[in-house]
Amino acid sequence: MSSKPKPLPQPPPESTAALLRELVAHLRENRIQLREEWVRRITESKLLTAMTREEIFAEATSVYDNYVEVLETGSVEALQTYARNLSERIIPRGVETHEVVGIVLLLRDVLARSLFRKYQGDFELLNRVLDAYEPAANRIANTVAVSFVEERERTIRLQQEAIRELSTPVLQVRERMLILPIIGVLDSQRARQLTEQLLRGIRANRAKVVVIDITGVPSVDSTAANHLVQTVEASRLMGARVIVTGLSSEVAQTLVTIGVELGKINAVGDLQSGMEEAERLLGYRVILEESAA
Amino acid sequence: MRVPILKQGEYLIASIQSALTDQELSQLKDDLLDHAGRTRARGVVVDVTVLDVMDSFAARTLRSLAHMLDLLGAATVVVGIQPEVAFAMVQLGLTLEGVSTALDLEEGLAFLQAKAA
Amino acid sequence: MAPRFEARIRIRSDADIVAARRQGRALAEQMGFSSTDVTVIATAISEVARNIVQYAREGEVVVSATREDGRDGLTIVARDQGPGIADVVKAMQPGYSTANSLGLGLPGARRLMDDFEISSRVGEGTTVTMTKWQR
Repeated sequence: MSSKPKPLPQPPPESTAALLRELVAHLRENRIQLREEWVRRITESKLLTAMTREEIFAEATSVYDNYVEVLETGSVEALQTYARNLSERIIPRGVETHEVVGIVLLLRDVLARSLFRKYQGDFELLNRVLDAYEPAANRIANTVAVSFVEERERTIRLQQEAIRELSTPVLQVRERMLILPIIGVLDSQRARQLTEQLLRGIRANRAKVVVIDITGVPSVDSTAANHLVQTVEASRLMGARVIVTGLSSEVAQTLVTIGVELGKINAVGDLQSGMEEAERLLGYRVILEESAA
Repeated sequence: MRVPILKQGEYLIASIQSALTDQELSQLKDDLLDHAGRTRARGVVVDVTVLDVMDSFAARTLRSLAHMLDLLGAATVVVGIQPEVAFAMVQLGLTLEGVSTALDLEEGLAFLQAKAA
Repeated sequence: MAPRFEARIRIRSDADIVAARRQGRALAEQMGFSSTDVTVIATAISEVARNIVQYAREGEVVVSATREDGRDGLTIVARDQGPGIADVVKAMQPGYSTANSLGLGLPGARRLMDDFEISSRVGEGTTVTMTKWQR
């Protein structure tokens, strides 16, 4: 009972997938021309100005191919990886978030216009094509933007860590004696990073005594003090004695009142006396003392 | 695996060679108490350099070992706690209160000698 | 989100505690955690695994790599069908103990990890779920 099939007035229900397949074929066919147009629009919109035209073209090619692949497979994983790599390369060159979002939106626009041209004869079909295209395109734009922002945040975090590392030097002033001058706010993250650094320093320098100078810490509240107690205790576990200098008696009193256990901290007025105390612990004898004896 | 205990002069040295189960750690405690009692050791060094974890059970066992050795007249020093381990212990609230510590075996022996002098 | 990697360790004796933390350590290293965090994770595993041996006699520890909001994390699930805990809030206070321990186990593990959840039912068992996020 087969007769010549009549053209179907309505598409079959699995149309979205079928439409996307058709769309992918169209984008593959017109790859060269659409990519050219996209790059032209990027340049016109003065996006990615930190990059050369060749670089833009090379990245645009990869993004385009990844884009089509997402439409085809529905999986954003490869695009995500690519977007991270891309971000890693372009962030140091000063490319901004709005530029990355901008170029992806441009591509979405370039492709949508091309679809419009292709299907403008059949308005209903065009509508269905765009209905299938839009959610996928939005998902792609979202993926790229999120990857970029995440990568940017990661870069900033790494830079912050590097700066912190520089701002808390563990100094060896004498054999087996370390000085750790803390300057700035002692929050949880910093205290942690500083403690790790000190403990490694104790091991590397075989330190027996550590002088932690907190003169440069603007406010020593209970959180900062508790961190300090932990640092002192961890150092002791490794076999090093800690002397804390620069803790004013007013602050010490306040801390005791709010219940911070300062008993475990060997506190000495200023850095100079702290170092003398450290030398005494190490068994050095000050010459003056000896001649007086 | 039993932890070997060496005698060096008046001191006992227990060098832990690998991660220990709770049972092995308790065994070490018993062995050390036994040795210390028989040899009348004046000090004991427990070298934990190879331990990559010191949890509440290990810390508790070392503390009670030190207290019992103290009753036998022997001083205890735990040596070789690694930076990462010390960090994790403090976060966990384990400070080995009442137990002496030193950087390594050499320092531990020096500590015991200075204490005896 | 589904874990990308998962290792399951049966906990029946104190030797399994060592095995569990070795697995956790290996995964944490593979995921690129700092050496301090690797140790912190292994220590937390030790505490929850010992909790199983002490109170429930047997159970399991599952370590897995997870990802959420673009962050990578290592998740530890410790599960047993033991007697359960009647008062979870009380059990999470440092110093609380029933089987002659210092009771540092669970509250200690919570302090070591970033996320910590415990659910328990008397007569049915206890499940602890905890995660360390990569910074």
